[in-house]
Amino acid sequence: MSQAIERARTYLKPLKKLPTVWCGGCGLGVVLSSLTRVMAEMGLDKNKTATISGIGCTGRLPTYIDTNTLHTTHGRALGFATGVKLANPELTVITAMGDGDSVAIGGNHFIHACRRNIDITAIIVNNCIYGMTGGQYSPTTPHGKRGTTAPYGNVEYEFDIVSLAAGAGATFVARTTVYHVRELDKLLERAIRHRGFSVVEVVSNCYTSYGRLNKFSGPVDMFKWMKESAVTVKQAGEMSPEELEGKFIRGIHVEKDQPEFIDVYDKLAQDLTKGPSTVNQKLRATIEGYEQLGDKLKAGIG
Amino acid sequence: MSGNNERSIWVMQGNEACSVGAVAAGINFFAGYPITPSSEVAEFMARHLPLIGGRFIQMEDEIASMAAIIGASLAGARSMTATSGPGFSLMQENLGLACLAEIPCVIVNVQRAGPSTGLPTQPAQGDVMQTRWGTHGDHAIIALAPATVLECIELTACCVSLSEQFRTPVVLLLDEVIGHMRESVAIPAPGSYKVRSRPLPSDDEEDYRPFCGGQSDVPPMAHFGGPHRFHVTGLTHDERGFPTMVPEEVDKKIRGIVDKIELKADDLAMNDETMTDDCEVLLFAYGSSARVAKASVGILRERGVKAGLLRVKTIWPFSGKRLKELAPQLRSIIVPEMNLGQLVTEVERAVAGVVPVRHLGRVDGHLFEPDQITDFVLEEMAS
Ligand SMILES: Cc1ncc(C[n+]2csc(CCOP(=O)(O)OP(=O)(O)O)c2C)c(N)n1
Ligand code: SF4
Ligand SMILES: [Mg+2]
Repeated sequence: MSQAIERARTYLKPLKKLPTVWCGGCGLGVVLSSLTRVMAEMGLDKNKTATISGIGCTGRLPTYIDTNTLHTTHGRALGFATGVKLANPELTVITAMGDGDSVAIGGNHFIHACRRNIDITAIIVNNCIYGMTGGQYSPTTPHGKRGTTAPYGNVEYEFDIVSLAAGAGATFVARTTVYHVRELDKLLERAIRHRGFSVVEVVSNCYTSYGRLNKFSGPVDMFKWMKESAVTVKQAGEMSPEELEGKFIRGIHVEKDQPEFIDVYDKLAQDLTKGPSTVNQKLRATIEGYEQLGDKLKAGIG
Repeated sequence: MSGNNERSIWVMQGNEACSVGAVAAGINFFAGYPITPSSEVAEFMARHLPLIGGRFIQMEDEIASMAAIIGASLAGARSMTATSGPGFSLMQENLGLACLAEIPCVIVNVQRAGPSTGLPTQPAQGDVMQTRWGTHGDHAIIALAPATVLECIELTACCVSLSEQFRTPVVLLLDEVIGHMRESVAIPAPGSYKVRSRPLPSDDEEDYRPFCGGQSDVPPMAHFGGPHRFHVTGLTHDERGFPTMVPEEVDKKIRGIVDKIELKADDLAMNDETMTDDCEVLLFAYGSSARVAKASVGILRERGVKAGLLRVKTIWPFSGKRLKELAPQLRSIIVPEMNLGQLVTEVERAVAGVVPVRHLGRVDGHLFEPDQITDFVLEEMAS
């Protein structure tokens, strides 16, 4: 066990001073240790891994991890990750986003990333609130719950991130909580190994900005809530809709094989350049014209 | 595109020329979202990049397109996007990240008349100041404006080169007229242009520092996947890339990303002059307006007016050097722009009251006519 901790520690940046910017008792510490543990167990090559985030408390996660790390703009981590992966497909690309980051301001990017199926792992830390900015309600704040901008209770209804991802076509979708640490390790590893776009929603606690406003007595009380409200996929299958009220379902929701974007793209490119039969004549003429011009230009500009 | 092989003369459109220039300069990644009048660039890239081992992707919007080209550049690609006004507005936040995080990339903005959706198929030069100041906070930008189809090839290649050399986003400011115009172009002779690459750290460099604030203006740039792993953030950061709020470090960083470009303004200036030797009235113009201004110079000369043209290809950083040199011989400077007065403010600043500067603006979605500029000059001379 202690060896495993030591190994995980080697995936933390040596130059970056701990403790983290996070509040005591915040579930983000659990996510950081789980992710570094999984990276260590998988033996990921640090130089061939990019951990990418948007803005928020969750956005600070990559800062501590000893891989290539990219802290982007609010909501846009997946756009950046798409470019990184397409430019260098041999990189393992992992994104970490908050609920606001991924499904409010970044919601459009999220659904399209699900649809495209590029080999990227998206970890969504869902604390049901805008943590960093002080507790404004987010698209996952449950109806009726409070935020600083929902002082009388949230009028809106919340997103179910798992259904959203599944509906948008993600090929691996799972959910767990920061209380279920073993499962978190297992799901993160499965998601990283999955070839295609994978989503792991990690339900987390933000006592500072959410718990306090919603009658929790402390961070630990929120772990208790996670323990009691999460049911497994199997358990859920045997429960009635009434019994499922207020619960959330943890485990793997979607896991399917579907050709990955870059694999398809590169195959197509190969056919185009090597297999003239698949290319129509007009396109072939353009290609040839272009090749002539390209050679000349390369001599002129290079 | 059609070509005469022996003489290397090709007939093509501005947007197409810009695309071939980009590919010739090594662009191997393109992310974009369709918008008139720039879509031909994306279409070209979609056709050609897979043939040369590059990759193209159509993103869900321009915010994501900008994000993707920055990400690709960090992973070692030479990347580009193309857009027009509404899309350029959406790109501004991430463009600022590329400035701060010193990441090379090229943005082609084929200007159309705005604001808002404006006139999607009509030309304008209304994004000149947005190009300079569109993203928030102090920063610098490089922007080039071609006036011919051949220049679309040359200056796009130049944008790639400058973005690599200075590790910064560079904007190619086209307008609808240049983007859609067809002209025959003679392909540059072998060796005409040298495209630079970003400075690289050596593989075994110890204590690699990826960002400015220390030894050099433009520090070497490693890429994700190479032997140096590093942290990149849009938070103000130190030389290693870690967030800092230490006033001296913050000050160094911001001045660093501005000075590396602004202090080179005179070196980066690319001008084309027509009859400026003895001119008394100087037309100052760029892009498609400069083509018309050139015709006016001819007409004015026929009528005995000593007119000349200073056409700038480098819009930003703005260099006032040539204007200051010419000022003593001038009676007035006339600045025709397809906007209500943008680059003219820099001209005024440069000559600082030594010569009267007059602006001729047009915002009806149409290009100037030579007579319009000629008449304006004659009226100015009379008054
Ligand atoms: C364009 C933009 N709008 C707003 C903000 C302010 N902002 C920073 S973090 C954040 C919300 C963070 O919430 P979430 O994504 O759930 O992350 P958490 O802090 O809860 O982990 C907001 C609104 C910003 N940085 N950028
Ligand atoms: S504000 Fe909430 S999410 Fe942010 S560090 Fe504190 S507890 Fe965690
Ligand atoms: Mg949140």
